[in-house]
Amino acid sequence: MPGRGGPAKEPHMATEGQCDLLQLTEQCGCGAKLPAADLREFLSGLPASRDPHLLVGPVTFDDAAVYRLRDDCLLVQTVDLFPPVASDPETFGRIAAANALSDVYAMGGRPLTALALLCLPSKQVPMSAARGILAGALEKLTEAGALLVGGHTLEDPQLKFGLSVTGLVEPGQILSNAGARPGDMLVLTKPLGTGLTVTAAKAGLAPAPLVEEANRWMSALNRTAAEAAVQSSAHAATDITGFGLLGHSWQMAKASGVRMRLRAGQMPLLDHAIEFASMGLVPAGAYANRRSLDGRVRICEKVPLALQDVLFDPQTSGGLLICLPAESVEKFRQAAAGQWECGCTVVGQVEEGDAEPRLLVEM
Amino acid sequence: MTQEMTVDVRGLACPIPVIRVKKALEGVARGRVVVLVDEQVAVENITRLAGYMRCSHHCAACEGGFRIILEKPGSGGEGP
Repeated sequence: MPGRGGPAKEPHMATEGQCDLLQLTEQCGCGAKLPAADLREFLSGLPASRDPHLLVGPVTFDDAAVYRLRDDCLLVQTVDLFPPVASDPETFGRIAAANALSDVYAMGGRPLTALALLCLPSKQVPMSAARGILAGALEKLTEAGALLVGGHTLEDPQLKFGLSVTGLVEPGQILSNAGARPGDMLVLTKPLGTGLTVTAAKAGLAPAPLVEEANRWMSALNRTAAEAAVQSSAHAATDITGFGLLGHSWQMAKASGVRMRLRAGQMPLLDHAIEFASMGLVPAGAYANRRSLDGRVRICEKVPLALQDVLFDPQTSGGLLICLPAESVEKFRQAAAGQWECGCTVVGQVEEGDAEPRLLVEM
Repeated sequence: MTQEMTVDVRGLACPIPVIRVKKALEGVARGRVVVLVDEQVAVENITRLAGYMRCSHHCAACEGGFRIILEKPGSGGEGP
């Protein structure tokens, strides 16, 4: 497919009521997260809650909090918002919603209600674009069976959109970050490379079909993946977003007190992600992710630099990384069969070892 | 004859430095492109681009940032 996108062009601002949302931001989507190292530092000063109703809180770097209302009723709560990750408003809205809902799915839950958060530079972005973002989000919420019940808007120099999502999880089905056990297999459900592809799109260097493919994956709900994980008795799960595959793997390994051995050569990748990395279209967040994991990951020298970049690439609305017993992988595969949005690639395994480096990356 | 040109991408966020340097390299038949950069991410990305376009590269710190010298293959180095 190389060359199908035509010649490279400088980024442009569209005029007269239309604008290319990607050109309104430096950092795209989940790539705009604060570096993990900074987050660890400022969270470390906060007193941890001892309320017995809080079953999952900030301590385990989890995707969402779980609060026990009653013994048979567990509430899941999360919030996520970010600057544009796609040029067109509806696509941005769909991706932002799929990404916010994903935090509930990553806990093994199902979403019920959502509140929208919109930060709008109203002189730059027309109201039609704001409506488009909401329409895209609503489409995904409806697909997820969740209701948009309200929201909040701000005048802001940087366009950002996201949602706070509330859901429920069945007792005994919580997929926390802290459940990984030695011997578990690691299954990844979406291809990597969305940050690289969006950066290439912003640079005008990504052929349209590659951008559409990345948008299709980022817009896909992680619902099937979560349901298949629960059905196959998974021990833990997390969604891969701004800290990249390695950043989120590390958080899960740390929370579970284990080590993970990952196979770089087995990773599912978006078409041309490696080429975009080789060309230097690596988002700033990927470098921040690499720095945050300094001393925490050991990468075999056989793993080429461009493939390493993909492993650190900040993903937006990435797939679930699921820890499940080896004998359950086939069950997971069958539960997800026929659902394009849920791949099933074994990318590594969990081992004993509660010390750094927790992540070992081999080819 | 070899050509030399300078591209100043100081103050610009990626991917714009990469786009500008790529254009400059494509516009030079053989010779040298000197890039002025003030950000580590841009240095890393331009270094990757140099490898992708099979250019040799040398990076040195200078006042206010870095100076990257890219030599396009076929270049005879300094002109006569």
